[in-house]
Amino acid sequence: MAPLLVAEHVTKRFGGLLAVNKLDFTLEQGSICSVIGPNGAGKTTFFNCIAGFYRIDEGSIEFGGLPIQGLRRDEISHLGIARTYQNIRLFANMTAMENLLVGQHQNLRSTWIGAVLGTRSVREEERLAHEEARRLLRFIGLQGRGDTLASNLPYGDQRRLEVARALAAKPKLLLLDEPTAGMNPAEQGEMTAFVRKLRDDLGITILLIEHAMRVVMGISERITVLDYGEKIAEGPPEEIQRNARVIEAYLGREQAAAVAREASNPPGSLSAEA
Amino acid sequence: MSQLQAETPSGHRVAPETARPSVGDAGWRPVLKLGLLGGAIALYLCLTGIVPIFNPRALIAGLISLGEVALLTTGLGVGYLAARRAPDGPRRALLGATIAGAVAGAFLTALVLLGAAVDLRGIALHASPATYEILTFGFGIPGSWIPIVALGLAAALGGAIQVLPPRLQRPVTTGLMALLVVGLFAGIIRTPMLASPLTDQLGRLLFASEGLTLVGAIVTVVVVLGGQWLNRRLAVRRRGRELPQAQRRRLTLPVALIGLLFVLWLPQGVGSFFAQVVAVVTLYVLMAFGLNITLGLAGLLDLGFVAFFAVGAYTVGLLTSTGEYGIAQWPFWAAVPVAVVLAMLFGAFLGLPILGIRGDYLAIATLGFGEIIRILAGSDLLKPWLGGPRGVTSIPKPIEVTPDSFLAGPLQIYYIALAAAVVVAFVAIRLRDSRLGRAWIAIREDEDVAEAMGVNLVQTKLLAYMLGAAFAGLGGAIFSTLLGAIISSSVNLFVSINVAAIIIVGGMGSIPGVVGGSIFLIGIPELFREFSEYRFLFYGVALIAMMIYRPEGIWPSRIARRELHTTDALEPGDPTAVPATEMGKA
Amino acid sequence: MQVRLADRLTDLAIAAFLWAFRLSVVAIVVVGSFLTLTSGKYNVDTWTGLVITGLATGSVYALVALGYTMVYGILRMINFAHGEVFMVGGFAGYFAAVGLSSLGVLNAGPLASLLSILVMMVVAGAFSTLIALLVERVAYRPLRNAPRLIPLISAIGASFFLQYSVKGWAGPGVYAYPDVGVLNELVPIDFVRIQWKQVLVVTAALVMMAGLYVFVMRTKIGTAIRAVSEDKATAALMGIDVNRAIVTTFAVGAAMAGAAGVLFALMFRQINFFSGFEPGLKAFTAAVLGGIGNVPGAMLGGLFLGQVEAVGPTLFLDGLGVPGASGLAKAIAFTMLVLILVFRPSGLLGERISGQRA
Repeated sequence: MAPLLVAEHVTKRFGGLLAVNKLDFTLEQGSICSVIGPNGAGKTTFFNCIAGFYRIDEGSIEFGGLPIQGLRRDEISHLGIARTYQNIRLFANMTAMENLLVGQHQNLRSTWIGAVLGTRSVREEERLAHEEARRLLRFIGLQGRGDTLASNLPYGDQRRLEVARALAAKPKLLLLDEPTAGMNPAEQGEMTAFVRKLRDDLGITILLIEHAMRVVMGISERITVLDYGEKIAEGPPEEIQRNARVIEAYLGREQAAAVAREASNPPGSLSAEA
Repeated sequence: MSQLQAETPSGHRVAPETARPSVGDAGWRPVLKLGLLGGAIALYLCLTGIVPIFNPRALIAGLISLGEVALLTTGLGVGYLAARRAPDGPRRALLGATIAGAVAGAFLTALVLLGAAVDLRGIALHASPATYEILTFGFGIPGSWIPIVALGLAAALGGAIQVLPPRLQRPVTTGLMALLVVGLFAGIIRTPMLASPLTDQLGRLLFASEGLTLVGAIVTVVVVLGGQWLNRRLAVRRRGRELPQAQRRRLTLPVALIGLLFVLWLPQGVGSFFAQVVAVVTLYVLMAFGLNITLGLAGLLDLGFVAFFAVGAYTVGLLTSTGEYGIAQWPFWAAVPVAVVLAMLFGAFLGLPILGIRGDYLAIATLGFGEIIRILAGSDLLKPWLGGPRGVTSIPKPIEVTPDSFLAGPLQIYYIALAAAVVVAFVAIRLRDSRLGRAWIAIREDEDVAEAMGVNLVQTKLLAYMLGAAFAGLGGAIFSTLLGAIISSSVNLFVSINVAAIIIVGGMGSIPGVVGGSIFLIGIPELFREFSEYRFLFYGVALIAMMIYRPEGIWPSRIARRELHTTDALEPGDPTAVPATEMGKA
Repeated sequence: MQVRLADRLTDLAIAAFLWAFRLSVVAIVVVGSFLTLTSGKYNVDTWTGLVITGLATGSVYALVALGYTMVYGILRMINFAHGEVFMVGGFAGYFAAVGLSSLGVLNAGPLASLLSILVMMVVAGAFSTLIALLVERVAYRPLRNAPRLIPLISAIGASFFLQYSVKGWAGPGVYAYPDVGVLNELVPIDFVRIQWKQVLVVTAALVMMAGLYVFVMRTKIGTAIRAVSEDKATAALMGIDVNRAIVTTFAVGAAMAGAAGVLFALMFRQINFFSGFEPGLKAFTAAVLGGIGNVPGAMLGGLFLGQVEAVGPTLFLDGLGVPGASGLAKAIAFTMLVLILVFRPSGLLGERISGQRA
């Protein structure tokens, strides 16, 4: 089966700074992959390139065989890529329900004339959309909280709501930017299970940026490590944990040696960086 | 400004806060500061002409004029605040209030004395003997000490209100507010009362030709306070809130019917001048509904709204006029759809190039468009078609009636505008609750994320802009028949500013906000000449105050919407009591 | 799984429309200029006259534009009330002139006149600064961290407040500026007709701009202002008093606007409460034209706009046979405003607004 996402030689510069440098990356349909790396390694920049927030300077990105570099964000969304944000970006003055309805925007068809006239098809579509939104609320455990303003939800709920909003678009590929940031280990565990459920139940391919190594190692099938905009390692979690360059990138040369000595207890020990 | 602060619910005198260790000079410094601030405000009120121009209008006939009210309110507010800041103890609070008021008054005394020595009229129009007469309550230079006493007393009253226990605070403030409001509208209430023999005597007893009579003032205070007392006694409000859903719904229809009857009766009861005012207010409601889509929902600050108003007005003018520039002499009803569609197309034409630019630039660019249209409308270039400054005249009324019919005057325009406003409100509500409305709000909240959710920014914004334009065109179309002419000076920046201010002050995206804002910002200045002089001064203060204290508007949409319907009623015990949050918290 | 065709077509239509828009503007300019120049209706003297007028008004726009651009640079807000600060300066200068005139110094010889004008400009600058600081304190400071539209609306409010306060204070009428006789005389040179007041305005503007440049580039507080414009948070961490930098920016901008108000009024000889609105908008156009946040850009933008406004109506429109071309001068300035905002919002010299894009 052809890979879902293929990035070749992707380069993004900000002035003199090379944020992403000649990155090659492929993502198989139905997989869960992570991008990790120290702060400023270019992870979020890479996400922004995929989702059309940045225009790449060189290289190409193909999604389902279609080149998507240079497309607008809404076009990329239409093709089936949805995302969440590092610092939650819900529509703060809209309710949870409305956030999920906006998420479905691209799957709805009603025109303004239809909406004004209140035609049967529009009403039917609205009913289904509300039903779907309620279903998503239940899915993330927010049933009954639909009328709460997004900004008034607790932090963890906001994270989940943001994921649900992305899901509402019925994407093929979901980009999660630090979905467990600021969560305690119990919540991280829940989020991990939730993400895996997304893939298993809904068949959505998932690419995530994550700092919490417990989550990364527990969930990813493949991991890509970035440092200074370049890919320094790629492979399954076990391999990455042992990779000397990765440990060095995270901890610097001296401490890396120390870590190597204590290699008996790898997961979680790197999460200090977050 | 001081009034605004005085009304904040931050509470009554809090003893611990004021019980600072320093009882010495430092404790009195805030009082002096307030006095200086009050003095500056009082001087401002005099020198910008607010006091002298409001002076002829009486609040209580023969006793107190609005000009004096403005000054005394300043004193009152200063006293109220000073009492809170003064060192501890009610007596000291009162003293502090009085001192602050007296300091403020001293500014006015200084003005009077200075004005007596030097002629200040060269640098300030209103630094005239007439103003000094008002300040000294008619005593002239020998009475130059009077402002100190007057403001001191007013401030003492303000301080007293502050010191009073909350139980008594409320009635006093309500009583004063009621006096102000009823006194202001006395003339308008009196006119219909005199028309009927039943109420004629009562009207004369309570109201003078302007303002209340002394009897009227006493009756007002008694009635309002009595009403408040009764209200609390019967706890009517609490019962109303506990009314079950079904019963409340049954009440909706009669209430709506009564409202409808009132709205239909309104202009007939109160004479043709008032009818004209009501018609203008309704037109602004209509246009504000239009801009509400552009600004309130989609968050696009359009300061060139008048361009579409102009397109609508000139289209109807040209198509229906029987005068020099008329080209078709169509009936009004045929011309309106053309006007609306043209305005909409024009919206697309102007919107396309500018919708890509960022929000603050968009505001200025649209302002530029509005100005270009204004200049073009009055220019020699288009004079052969649009009549230049003299405009298109002889625009017939939509419904041909005999001159003695009740529909002959502005009344029929009022009804047409009202009907149009209802239609527009309906359309606006339907749109707001649709897929598009959500997309607009999403764009307002976070444009980038909205686009990443699949919202096509240009198309969606363009639609908001075009629909706003269509409603502006409709407003312009009706306006041209209201005046029977469309002249280039009617096409000005202030139309745009009026409409934008209605929405910003009333509440972005909110329907009661639009109606309330129109009545408040358009109705009152149209009714009172004194107010219309200072309309934009007031707008300025209102816009700044709104942005600082209540950027979501006086009647924000969120609360209104929550009362109208619930979108997610899974659990009965829904924690939906969500406070309105500030706009743009994201 | 494909990009929707309808979307693409709409995009194409929009792009085509924008190009048509651009081309028609260019066509009007080119054809109009060609026809005007070949018609031979105007001789070289007319053109130099227009250019000199444009130079004088342009330098006033430049002075005002500096205030817009510096405030935008440091706060990312359009200080809509800046035009009113300019107008208030004109009034303060007027009252000073009336005083000086009654003392008999205003027209007592060239040197006395020059010193009088200097006094007027200082008074105006001081008063404008006072007003601008008041506006900043009351209407802008509480809104520093609000989303962009909110301070803009507050600024519009402040603008109306100032306009109508002045209207209340001085009445709605037009005040005729006192005449300084010397200024209307011609400079005794052969090849161009140029009045002393034009020389005065341009010189004063140049001196002030040079002063500003030194202030921003060489002084400590100037450096602080530049640092705060670059990155408020970091500047604060480096121990810079951000508030002081912002207030100084407002003060400097207002002082120049106030002095410009006097210069403008000396040229056009009349002021009223509304006379800050249009120059304000034009100066803003100049600021955007030069790239907002860009100090040399604002200067050049002002001069450029002055030329377009002075020469434009005659050059572009006259040849096309448009009646009343000079009456459309304002429309040309506003068209410039819209065109710049639409097609080149980063200005001719580029913005100097660093990063901070969400």
